[in-house]
Amino acid sequence: MNGSESRQDDGPEGGTNAEPRKIMGEPTGIGRFGDFGGLFVPETLVPALQELDAAFHEAWADRSFRDELDDLLREYAGRPSPLTECQRLGEQLGIRLFLKREDLNHTGSHKINNVLGQALLAKRMGKSRLLAETGAGQHGVATATAAALLDMECLVYMGEVDMARQELNVFRMRLLGAEVTPAVSGSRTLKDAVNEAMRDWVSTVEYSHYCLGSVMGPHPYPYMVREFHRVIGDEAAAQFAERVGGSDANCAELSGLPDVVVACVGGGSNAAGIFSGFAEHPSVELIGVEPAGGAAIGNGVPGIVHGMLSYLKQDEFGQVQEAESISAGLDYPGVGPEHSHLSDIGRARYESVTDDEVIDAFVLLSRTEGIIPALESAHAIAWVAREHEQLKGRSVIVNLSGRGDKDVAQMMDIMGSTLDGHTSAGERPADHSSADANTTGERK
Amino acid sequence: MNALNITDGGGSSSGLSLSVALGSHIDAGGKCFVPYLTGGLPGWQTGVAAAAEAGAQAVEIGIPFSDPVMDGPVIQASSQMALDGGATPVSILDEARSIDVGIPLAVMTYANLVYRFGYERFAHALVSSGISGAILPDIPLEEVGPWADAADGAGVETVMLAAPTADDDRLTRVVERARGFVYTVGLLGITGERESLAATAKVIARRVKALTDKPVLVGVGVSTPAQAVEVCEVADGVVVGSAIVRRIIETGSQEAGGELVAEFVTALARG
Ligand SMILES: Cc1ncc(COP(=O)(O)O)c(C=O)c1O
Repeated sequence: MNGSESRQDDGPEGGTNAEPRKIMGEPTGIGRFGDFGGLFVPETLVPALQELDAAFHEAWADRSFRDELDDLLREYAGRPSPLTECQRLGEQLGIRLFLKREDLNHTGSHKINNVLGQALLAKRMGKSRLLAETGAGQHGVATATAAALLDMECLVYMGEVDMARQELNVFRMRLLGAEVTPAVSGSRTLKDAVNEAMRDWVSTVEYSHYCLGSVMGPHPYPYMVREFHRVIGDEAAAQFAERVGGSDANCAELSGLPDVVVACVGGGSNAAGIFSGFAEHPSVELIGVEPAGGAAIGNGVPGIVHGMLSYLKQDEFGQVQEAESISAGLDYPGVGPEHSHLSDIGRARYESVTDDEVIDAFVLLSRTEGIIPALESAHAIAWVAREHEQLKGRSVIVNLSGRGDKDVAQMMDIMGSTLDGHTSAGERPADHSSADANTTGERK
Repeated sequence: MNALNITDGGGSSSGLSLSVALGSHIDAGGKCFVPYLTGGLPGWQTGVAAAAEAGAQAVEIGIPFSDPVMDGPVIQASSQMALDGGATPVSILDEARSIDVGIPLAVMTYANLVYRFGYERFAHALVSSGISGAILPDIPLEEVGPWADAADGAGVETVMLAAPTADDDRLTRVVERARGFVYTVGLLGITGERESLAATAKVIARRVKALTDKPVLVGVGVSTPAQAVEVCEVADGVVVGSAIVRRIIETGSQEAGGELVAEFVTALARG
């Protein structure tokens, strides 16, 4: 579509002579990352997606659009986000640990990067209404925020189950002037919210823009959303090089590159954003962390849902299976198609952690660094904590995709409100603890 | 995956073709009525027989999918009922073999069930179950190649959807690729009943008719015999799903669906 096959992803930053990116560049054909991706949508939506593809490419190559977005990201969202070195936790785990602080963005997560980009684009395309799906509510809050800022109408679909576990974010969205509609079909979580948003869009495509919240869905979303999050990886790479010093790319010590980059993966947008800053450097290990109960790459096989061909948790007949995770934002049975590709070609590795490991990591980061992570982001911390032996002596960047304020009520239910400051997470009531949870050694 | 025994010959309706059956009815001056019935509901085959008995020119059989993005509340609910009752693509295709109604059948389902089954294997399974056509609403022109190759090879007619959002260039390519008939989407939206016929329905039907001699049937948002008659001032026929499925679910009777089919058929014959 749109003859975009040979277009280079250089954008204003890259200059016109920039080499095309060999990895995490433009998709080929009709939104393909290797075998994955595509445009599996009802006929009604195809022209709108083609129009969006063309509009995005045009805007992304337009200096004034990029300047406007950069201004918003800086003056409104608070970018650049810091790269914080975790002295205490790093020492405890025997690694150099850095956090890319997306939790410090306005609205509390990385989601705002993509939403500001899409909202500006929608406005430029003459759309007056933003549609969104949300799991944890972070993408919904970010979309409601952008809609308020840019004077647009906003409707957010949210699974009924998620509305209950993320009550505060439901209120936030409404406070911001958005309408929140429960998705009451199927598992009543994120995948069903996506279905509802797509159904709405089929009916209102003339004046609505579907502001999809991750690197998933039909082309051009996986590509476009990753580009809007590329800023995470670009900033992190520059910050790390500056912090650690050295610019000798041939010497590991002085390469200015981290050894490992870790991010949680639901649809995969925060991971795609930070990976994109390092993917072309083969020495940097890329680790995506899926929830054990929703590991699309870990436990799925290729399938087609929500417009894309990608790894998918499904039964033998192709019925989509429900994901089950402590974090609403990762409760998704699929994954963005580029991650399926990165996994297949071995450029990134996808691992999973259990809910119990996540609960421990949530407490661990809070107590060692004074940073309460989102439950989603705690998945990445949990993997580092569990695998610290194999990471010994190495430098690790974790994308801290969001802050944990939204999860505090849920954690209070799980851990009990009488939580004792001196009790280790391993001593929680039996039904929520696990034998292997306490892998990170002594805790105060 | 459970193996469906694929044998030659297979279903008793095999050999029928959507394009021939609909085309000859249209040539004789008739308007086509094609009901959608959710496969896998208790006694669903009775519903197909009742629809044929009531004068339908073909029947569309839904194979339920967990995430039906083109479907509204009624078909979502009926799909869920069938899934809860244990229906699978394999069980439905197996049960379809016993249907002998003398009119062509088409399945309506979503990409993933077919992809999982394997495109070629699915196409052959349709043939061996006596099913002539397939409607896959989340496989548009851009992605239809691999499936269309398998379907053409097996002799399955791939019905394409034409939507009001397409320009004439796109509509031309859609109708060219369409086999059996052109499923013309009457409005911007998903399946479900509407109080009145959308203004877009006759407009898109007219645009599609101008581009093709293939049968042009309008579906999505046609819910009453009066609406069917109205849109058939332009179109060659209609596909009606939610209104019939709702009748079946509310009455708990597949035969009641046939009675509603008869009302549509009578109204269309009267004009
Ligand atoms: C803080 C946070 N991190 C991660 C995610 C998961 O999304 P993705 O995998 O697209 O980064 C969410 C989704 O709600 C989130 O709120």
